[in-house]
Formats: sequence, structure tokens, C-alpha cells
Amino acid sequence: MDRVPVREQDSKVRATNFEEVCYGYNEEEAKLEASRCIKCKNARCITGCPVGIDIPAFIKEVQDGNFGNAAAIIAKDSSLPSICGRVCPQETQCEGKCIRGIKSEPIAIGKLERFVGDWARENGYVPEKPEKTNGHKVAVIGSGPAGLTCAGDLAKLGYEVTIFEALHEPGGVLMYGIPEFRLPKEKVVLSEIENVLKLGVKLETNVVIGRSVTIDELMDEEGFEACFIGSGAGLPKFMGIPGENANGVFSANEYLTRNNLMKAFRDDYDTPIFAAKKVAVVGGGNVAMDAARTALRLGAEVHIVYRRSEAELPARAEEVHHAKEEGIIFDLLTNPTEILVDDQGWVKGITCVRMELGAPDASGRRRPVEIPGSEFVMDLDTVIMALGTSPNPLISSTTKGLETNRWKCIVADEKNGKTTKEGVYAGGDAVTGAATVILAMEAGKAAAKGIHEYLSQKE
Amino acid sequence: MYQILRAGKIADRIFRMDVKAPRVAGSCEPGQFVIVKMDEVGERIPLTICDYDRDEGVITIVFQTIGASTEKMAMLQAGDSFRDVVGPLGQPSEFVKDDIEEVRKRRYLFVCGGVGTAPVYPQVKWLKEHGVEADVIQGARTKDLIFMEEELRAVAGNLYITTDDGSYVRKGVVTNVIEDLVSAQGKHYDVCVAIGPMIMMKFVCILTKKLGIPTIVSMNPIMVDGTGMCGACRITVGDQVKFACVDGPEFDGHLVNFDEAMKRMQIYKTEEGRALLKLREGDSHGGNCR
Repeated sequence: MDRVPVREQDSKVRATNFEEVCYGYNEEEAKLEASRCIKCKNARCITGCPVGIDIPAFIKEVQDGNFGNAAAIIAKDSSLPSICGRVCPQETQCEGKCIRGIKSEPIAIGKLERFVGDWARENGYVPEKPEKTNGHKVAVIGSGPAGLTCAGDLAKLGYEVTIFEALHEPGGVLMYGIPEFRLPKEKVVLSEIENVLKLGVKLETNVVIGRSVTIDELMDEEGFEACFIGSGAGLPKFMGIPGENANGVFSANEYLTRNNLMKAFRDDYDTPIFAAKKVAVVGGGNVAMDAARTALRLGAEVHIVYRRSEAELPARAEEVHHAKEEGIIFDLLTNPTEILVDDQGWVKGITCVRMELGAPDASGRRRPVEIPGSEFVMDLDTVIMALGTSPNPLISSTTKGLETNRWKCIVADEKNGKTTKEGVYAGGDAVTGAATVILAMEAGKAAAKGIHEYLSQKE
Repeated sequence: MYQILRAGKIADRIFRMDVKAPRVAGSCEPGQFVIVKMDEVGERIPLTICDYDRDEGVITIVFQTIGASTEKMAMLQAGDSFRDVVGPLGQPSEFVKDDIEEVRKRRYLFVCGGVGTAPVYPQVKWLKEHGVEADVIQGARTKDLIFMEEELRAVAGNLYITTDDGSYVRKGVVTNVIEDLVSAQGKHYDVCVAIGPMIMMKFVCILTKKLGIPTIVSMNPIMVDGTGMCGACRITVGDQVKFACVDGPEFDGHLVNFDEAMKRMQIYKTEEGRALLKLREGDSHGGNCR
């Protein structure tokens, strides 16, 4: 039997709205897909899951129609199944290891996880709150995937956890970065955050650590015995080419934050977003795909401009596929060299150069090399830079004894999140540089264990 | 929620509010700012911290109505609340971190234009509290736009007021007063701090460069998060691109590219104009008048 196909919104229709692209499985489809799983004894899928969910066990429960049991099994290792089911790169993780993938298609583990998460929410499944707390206070900085996971795990162990969030809504990249059509905010993100809070976790928004209060103050004056830093990726990178400060050049972070967190796409929200007609999104990662597909939905003609070839696109295959279906134009092996600006300071085009692939570089990918004399001009009014981020120095520069590496990322032990400062742990993009939601969750989970060990020994 | 304890109009289109925000009041310094969000649908609006009371946990904000969002904000009254107030953001003014003995040796000249009086006030007050009397030039287009005159007078060494139209004290722009003080009266200043409309800061900087007075300006560009994440507030200082929210908001005025900064302020003018029209006249416009 082949993999049960998942229903999606028609590409022509969805290109004009912000409704979710993928509808997910219904109960019948989920049970049918679950029945394809051969429930391996030495399940390789579990080793592919950064947070180690007992995948065959939850799939067995889905197959038998015991969705509540399935939710309970996932909840042991993850508080965010509806989110992970939607945004994890399953093809390189659990599904990439699935034995059924050798001869046919792997089990749709991601879609099944999403089904269970959604079922649990729709049926009022609430995680169990520990009976009493152990009286130890832990501060978690940032309410993105790393912080939420760390906070949830610590709360389950009985700690009194407070999450400090710099923005006005919790969720970090889940709220400001990933668009509504890929990850619905009210329905999915806020409700899974609500579940973490139901474990007894407190949330304080509008607190910028390093400005409103420092880590040292939290630990010395506010009684926190340990602290987890999951503050996320940081400052957007630009190319450093002429014209980059012209009106009409945006970082993907800004463009996506305006639209996702500030809901600029909705008429009833006040935040404006630039009404682009023709856009170049520079970059080839998931963020570039998100920005491109957002601009498309806001009515623009959108080009992805990427200096390597399709095979090197860092974005998930599913995202590239969806983007193409919706009508995003891919200008590959192309690199901007200058942004052309009119006399009023607005973008009027970009000069690009064609590239070819040379020998592999340090990342193992073939290095793009300029083809001399291949410059050409694209007329457009908007450029969105999706080139990654560099770490925000706000916390590292205001916390005594917290070391950073030469990329300015916080130095932390991969196994337990331990930093160079006693009682302070860190994980996620603040440590690794920009990565994925699930890797941040893995780090949050490891740090929760590390903090638990530290505070248990301290007693 | 962040409750408004006191609210009032203090000049034409200029409003002042005392807002309960204990974490901000507890840690803010002169030179820093906050971002406020009125309600669920509101924009994130960066605003100057004009004063703060650490014991009461209260900050004072001052703003001018310039678009739909600020006009809506002006309708808030004592007892109402902001949904969000976050801060303090940005770096404190340089003198806060400098050796106070060095600061006491300096002669400061503050130049404020329009609503720029609000961020200047806490700086001059801080200096007064630390034994430094700074001269202050307060400029406005007309008399109705002058505010906080008495408060400023109480903390400044000398206060020089000027109005473009001559409706109050003297006629002329702030640069006329600087020239008068320095060239005609022979006063010496080691540092000038100029805060106000971009165009004013630009011309103050052209003059002080000529006069050889190092000048600090405070930039208030478009921003979203205010923590370095979005990069909307980037400005060119010398040959470097800086983010006003984390690297600033104060910069060496002689190195700031004001022309670029002024152009960047225009990005959302079309969208803002539409929003203002909608607020004032409802949905009577179809949105086709591009």
C-alpha cells in the first residue's frame, strides 16, 4: 500500500490567501496510514527524532483509534506536536530512517504527529500538571521552541518556571517567523503554548533581558537559581552591496515580522507592510521560501534569487515544491551585485551576475563562482534579504562570565546546555546560529535535564 | 497591561502620559526609549522616555500625533492602559557610562526641536543631579508647540527659547541661537547634543562641524521589534551600517547620513496616509486613490 496522500488547498487558490496549505489527515486517513507502520522492534525512526519520541508506540495507538493514548505518548517527549508535525524536516529525521522508505515511501510520521496534536487540542486533551512544585525557581529567556521545551520539561519535574519574552506575544520564531499558511498562530501555536503554561509555567512578556533586567539581577535579586537562555537567532545579515539601505530593501525578519506577528496582511491590524509589485527574495533557505510565499500572497510577482543550484537549496523539499506550485519564479545560479536606486531613494532594480558551481567548499557544497561578463539587470521595486542572522550581543554583553565563541554565539555544552557561567544554560539558535525548530527543542530538552542535575546536586 | 496614571495635552498635538511600567522605570537611563503597543491591533510605536520615577515604577512618555496610530493613542486617558510597554531599549547616553569627573569638566549644549524636548529633558536633569549645568536651546515652529519650559528651566544652566515665527521669546531657528551663543557671545562648548526633527539635526550638525563642536544626535527611524531583530532601523554612520535600536539611538551626528535617513522615513507614507484617512473619515474612501 502506498502512503496515504494528504489533502492540500489548491495552489491557485492558496496563492491568494493566508489559510493553511496542508489540511492534514482525518481520523480514517490517519488510521490507514498508521496501519502501514510495521512497528519495528529496533525502531530507527526514534533515533532520527531529536527529542526521541516513541514513534512506533504512538502510531500503534493511532492505528487502534486510541488517539488520547497517542497524545500521552508524544507528550512524554514533546509539548509541541502540532507544531513539529508541521515544521520539522521529517524527511531527514524520523522519516529519513524509516525502513519502509527503502522500498516504498516512508510512513508519514510528521503528518501523523500533526494529526495527534490537532486531535488532542480539538478534544480538550490537557497535559497533567505536577501536584506540587519543588520550590526551586528557574528563569527561561525566550519563548521560542527551545525555551518552551525547556520550561515544559522543568515544570513537569516540579520546578517553578518563569519565561521572559522580549516581544509582546510568546512563541518566538513560531510567531514572528513562520507564516500563518504553514503554521496557524491562534489555532496551533498559541494553543500549544497554552498547554505549556497549563503545566504551571509563568510567562512575562515585554522583558528584554540585558535591558529590562539582567541575568545577574534575576539570579542575585529575584531568586532564580538557574537560568536557560533560548533567545534565538539575532540580527539579520545583509550582503554589503551598494544600495542596500534604499527604500524597498527589507530583511526577511522585518518582512515576516510585520506580516506574521503584527498581522499586516489583515485589514483590521494597524501595522503597514510595503505594497510590493515585483520582488526578489535573496537566499534559498526556509526563511526565503516563507518570505517569497508571503509576498506572493500579498499580490507581488516573486523571484527567488539564489547563487547556487536547486540541489543546494537549504530549504525543505516540501517548501520548494509548494513555492513552485504557487508560482514563485526561481532564478538559480544568480547573485545580486548591486541594488539600483532612483533619485528619490527607492529600489528600481538589481544588477545580478550569473554563477556556475566550482569545487566543493568548507560546507561540502560546490562553491558558486561568478561567470565574468554575465551581468544583467532585473527591474523590480522590492528586495528581501533572507541570508541568515548573526547573534544578538544583548545578553552575552550584559552577563558577567558568559563566554561566546568567535562567531559570537554563546558557548554551551551540547549534552546539557551548560555555559561558562554557573547555573546558566543555553540552547537553540543563540548557541548554534540559525537552525531548525526541532533542534532548538532538542537543546531545550537537554538543558532541562542539565538544570535538573545541577539543582539536584546543589541541594 | 500597563496603566496610564496621568494623561494630558501639553502643547498643540503633543501629549504626555505617566505609565506604570516598573521594569522599565527600574532600569532605564537617559537616552533610552520604549516601544508601546496600544491594543491587540495596534502598531509597535517607539517613544522617548521623558522622565522616570524608580520608586513609583512609573515612566513619562511624550508624543506628537503624526498619523492614525498616534491619533488613536492621544485619545487614551488616565485609567486606560497600554496593552504593551517594553524597554528600556537602546544604549544609555554616553555620559551615563563615562567617568563622572570627566563629565563634570565638559560644557554641554543641548539643542531640542519640537517633540525632541522630551528626550533632552531627562539628560539635562541627570546632569543637573550629577552637578553639571548644561545650556539648553529649545526651538519650535511656533509658541503653541513649546512645552515643558518650566521643567527645563529648573534643570538647565541657561535656557534659550526660539520660535521660527517669532511668536515667543525670539524669532529664528535653533542654528541662529547656536551661532549667536558661540560666535557672537563667545561661549565655548565641548559637546552638543541635538535631538529633534531629522532636518533640524542635519543643519545643527553642519553648523557644529564648522564650529568644531562634537555633536551627538538621537535617531528615531522606523522600527518594529526594537531589539535588533528586524533591521528596519538601519542607518549609515560613517562607512558603517548601524541599527539604531541596539547600536544607538545616539550617534556621532557628524557621521550620520541624514539624507538617507530622511528618505527611509518615507517608506510607509502611502500606507500611513490611507490609515489616517480611514481613521478620520471611516470607509468613505474606496482605497483606489493611489
